[in-house]
Amino acid sequence: MSKLKVAVYWAAGCGGCDVGLLDVNEALLEVLKDIDIVFWPVAMDVKYKDLESLPNLDVAIVNGSIRNEENEHIVKLLRSKARTLVAFGSCACEGGTQGLANLGSKQDMLKTVYEETPTTGNPQAVKPSRVFKAPEGELYLPDILELNKPIESVAKVDYYVSGCPPPVKLILRLFQILTAGNAQGPKFYIGSDKSVCDECRRERVSKTVQSMNRLYRRALDPEKCFLEQGLLCMGPATRGGCGAKCVEANVPCGGCGGRLNVSDQGARMIGALGSILTTDEPISIGALEALKDPVGALYKYCFSSSLIGRGVRVGGGGR
Amino acid sequence: MSEFEPNIVCFACNWCTYAGADMAGTSKFQYPPNLKIVRVMCTGRVNPEFVLEALKKGADGVFIGGCHPPSDCHYVNGNLKARNRVQILKLLLTQLGVEPERLRLEWISASEGEEFSRKVREFVEELKRLGPNPLKESSTELSELE
Ligand code: SF4
Ligand code: SF4
Repeated sequence: MSKLKVAVYWAAGCGGCDVGLLDVNEALLEVLKDIDIVFWPVAMDVKYKDLESLPNLDVAIVNGSIRNEENEHIVKLLRSKARTLVAFGSCACEGGTQGLANLGSKQDMLKTVYEETPTTGNPQAVKPSRVFKAPEGELYLPDILELNKPIESVAKVDYYVSGCPPPVKLILRLFQILTAGNAQGPKFYIGSDKSVCDECRRERVSKTVQSMNRLYRRALDPEKCFLEQGLLCMGPATRGGCGAKCVEANVPCGGCGGRLNVSDQGARMIGALGSILTTDEPISIGALEALKDPVGALYKYCFSSSLIGRGVRVGGGGR
Repeated sequence: MSEFEPNIVCFACNWCTYAGADMAGTSKFQYPPNLKIVRVMCTGRVNPEFVLEALKKGADGVFIGGCHPPSDCHYVNGNLKARNRVQILKLLLTQLGVEPERLRLEWISASEGEEFSRKVREFVEELKRLGPNPLKESSTELSELE
């Protein structure tokens, strides 16, 4: 069998997913027996013209989300060349943490980043411009899109591997499936079909709690379920497959595994919170301290792909 | 210009509010026709997704009606769980820029037909004051943008 021709592209992501691929360590050598990586900007010296001139690909693995025109263009190009497109990591599958910027407009975001953050010194409020005049000629920068989007919003995705970054076990499973050439059904998730709670070994006693507090408020009990300690843990609303690694390290699940058989991960979590919080009294806002920033808490990785997915100001002319 | 008529999705529990709405009908207590009632077995069955989906698809308000606390709920405490969820949903809506008043939870029993029609009238008035769902407006502008 000839080796699979694989391209790996880094869209709007942090680079962690590329490092995640390297995390496979020596198993990568095994994998490389069956695949040939022909494009991987983070590890190889390649230019986009090399990608354009490539004949067809077997697999394109995309990490990061669609945040600018370039991301969109390259992902569409990869889709037109590749037999199989893999959305790799939370950003690619659900839009990732940068999706939280969808609460405001693009102008709001640029203003925050270039003018308002305490560490920014930009008295003239210089913003990135699309055209840069260099002595050698004009350079064009890709425009930032109004909204951050997951990969599936611009190209059909065959396999989804969520996680921030995806755990090694799932990366290896992805390569096994790819090299075995098993055609799977549409929207095939590489992960578990059960929630993170299913893989979590913490003790649950079905008790209700009076409040949801922020992490620093409580001494953490390493044996008991976080929710039952009154701490927000996204386990019930999150796809497993990670082995509940964070929870094992005494950190509540943040939800990077993505939604599980629902259209909205945050809504699913609200459902779970409704059951675990006390029902004796109407719950007060003060008791929901962990939800001071509800979008940040409940949609940390998936706001771009959630039902509403943006603040109402977006597209409405800014603040 | 004709007056804005809000479009309301109502989730009514089978045992109390749905029967209450029926009672309003049979006792001829009028209420405005802005409401589309979806019968659910219990307000505890109202998945928060239903609320978000209704608002996303352009409902101007969502009205959830269930049995009186603490103990009228046919399923022990489904109504109280719904109360928790509504509280969190309101926090979420506020952050999204949607007025939390667009989501309303009321306890209306099977015998309270008049109460049902009064609560619906109140909600319609409130939504008329608030105007159309802002998600609806920005989504049209957004599709032009994209
Ligand atoms: S999924 Fe996580 S690790 Fe991967 S690019 Fe996004 S932020 Fe980075
Ligand atoms: S909520 Fe978190 S701590 Fe509790 S069982 Fe689920 S994953 Fe484990």
